[in-house]
Amino acid sequence: MFNNKLVLPGLVWISLFLLIPCLIVFTYSFFERGVYGGIEYNFNFENYTRSFKWTYFKILLTSGQIAFISASVAVFIGFPAAYFITKFDSKIQIFLLFFIMLPFWSNYLIRTYSWMVLLNNQGLINNALIQIGIIEEPIRMLYTKFSVVVGLVYNYLPFVVLSIYASLSTMNKEVIEASEDLGGNFFNTLFRIIVPMCLPGIVAGFIFVFVLSIGNFITPDLLGGGRFLMIGNLIYDQFLSARDWPFGSSLSLILVIIMLSLLFLQSLILARKK
Amino acid sequence: MRKLIFLVLPFFLIIHATAKADIVVSNWDGYSPSDIMDTFEGATGISGEMAFHATNEEIMGKVVASKGAGYDVLFVSSPFAEALHKLGLLSYIDHNKIPNMKNLDNWAMNLDYDMGNQFQVPYAWGTTGICYRSDLVSKEPTSWNDLLNPSSDMVGKVTMLSTDRWLLAAGQLLAGYSVNDTNPEHMANVADILKSAKGNLLSYDDTTFYSKLVSGEAVMAHAWDGWCNYAIWENPDVKFMIPEEGSDLWVDTMVILKSSDNKDEAHAFINYILDEDIGSWTIENILYKTPNKAAMDKTIPGLVEAFPNMGMTPQYMMSFETLKDVGDAAKLYATTVSDILAD
Repeated sequence: MFNNKLVLPGLVWISLFLLIPCLIVFTYSFFERGVYGGIEYNFNFENYTRSFKWTYFKILLTSGQIAFISASVAVFIGFPAAYFITKFDSKIQIFLLFFIMLPFWSNYLIRTYSWMVLLNNQGLINNALIQIGIIEEPIRMLYTKFSVVVGLVYNYLPFVVLSIYASLSTMNKEVIEASEDLGGNFFNTLFRIIVPMCLPGIVAGFIFVFVLSIGNFITPDLLGGGRFLMIGNLIYDQFLSARDWPFGSSLSLILVIIMLSLLFLQSLILARKK
Repeated sequence: MRKLIFLVLPFFLIIHATAKADIVVSNWDGYSPSDIMDTFEGATGISGEMAFHATNEEIMGKVVASKGAGYDVLFVSSPFAEALHKLGLLSYIDHNKIPNMKNLDNWAMNLDYDMGNQFQVPYAWGTTGICYRSDLVSKEPTSWNDLLNPSSDMVGKVTMLSTDRWLLAAGQLLAGYSVNDTNPEHMANVADILKSAKGNLLSYDDTTFYSKLVSGEAVMAHAWDGWCNYAIWENPDVKFMIPEEGSDLWVDTMVILKSSDNKDEAHAFINYILDEDIGSWTIENILYKTPNKAAMDKTIPGLVEAFPNMGMTPQYMMSFETLKDVGDAAKLYATTVSDILAD
């Protein structure tokens, strides 16, 4: 591999901007915050014991919970959507996939802000429900875990649709016909043939959304109103508000380890499938 | 060797592209005229670049890490100016190079954290209190307790500032402590008060609370007086009040970094900001009170009817405690805020 000089730019890029920064973060995590921010070089494990204090560990659990729910909902919506797309003629499929990708043409922040307009107490959804007479008082939807999950699912759904579509469309259709010929009804075919065969796509989509969600800090900040934190917000705060870089470093390292293990799990599943 | 050039060339191009104004200033976005650097260059021939920071902590983090490199003038709140001074990162202010210093109010020359303005020049000042919709609250607020423990019909319709000093100040003032208190037991009480207040909030909000008041999503907001004016601008039913337990006096300041290679130009910039007309523009557009007496005298009569808090006298504001750097307790402040937000 190293004989191929084409690998050099990528290698330099990754070591300069990924490996070395990770090493710096790793080193910082064993030191202390100075009085005015910055680093004091007293080697200790304080940041790690603090990370596992219940107040902070709870945030990790909450983040995991929100990421898990978001990823599950995204798969639940994304699978039927992808399945539906594959039923069309291949020319129409391109158009449908184009529409799935369309939201990416607008900025992430704008997409998130529009949910604030829709979900707030004086917002479109509450006003419509009150007008129709279904509810009398607005339901609190914005600044809750619900609104954060909505924002995450909305923003990351296209990834799931695409990854499931990719495995569905390469599936051998004759297997499905065989199942139908042998008397398998729709649900039997779906759950015993289609889902198992495109499991790598489903798992890839799920883990993608999970990993992107657990570290997200913009959506919980805007749609969660800062009333509960996700691990991304906590890390952001340590670097930009509390100026406690060492504690922020230990938290990010923990997050990186979680993400890497999940991605490792994903590649294991993919490898086994092959 | 030739190959190496191709590897490093892009980095030189990036560095080259970011050069080269005479001075670099960092301020909060929208806190000075948007064309300030152009008019400054027109008036003085000095070119400048305006960078933005969202919070004191953000610029503090950058400047401490780089020992000030990259910036000449910063806009920061007084405790941060004090901290930068203690870290030895600030240049002393040469009053001879700032003739417009004469425009400053006498009170602003004698702030207890920096008597005689040795290392900072005040830019804007004000108080922190409750900004509320007088037509939507069931009871006019009188105390910090009305914000932290609102009556049941207002639960979930209240916002609070999450920036550390001001978040803690609300609890400190309610408990009767100093806004610069460093006693860990007091801090634990404050944390308890603020953790229980969290359950009553719509959200923490430092930047958009005024639009929540205008839409009626929130009925009370923990606010800096100047920012409350943005809500009053759109809805005259919005009012600002200072709770009976008191408030803090905060001062946003301009400082010059010791590392600056262009200190004369930096002084010229501060002098330009203290100009009477630029001062008036600032007051009219950001609706903050400034210590620029010449500009205030000219501008306030036209504003005070619509924005009553613009009429607060420096003497009244000085009756509140100034936010000061808390030194070693900074760590306690930061961890307490993290604990409250994380809870």
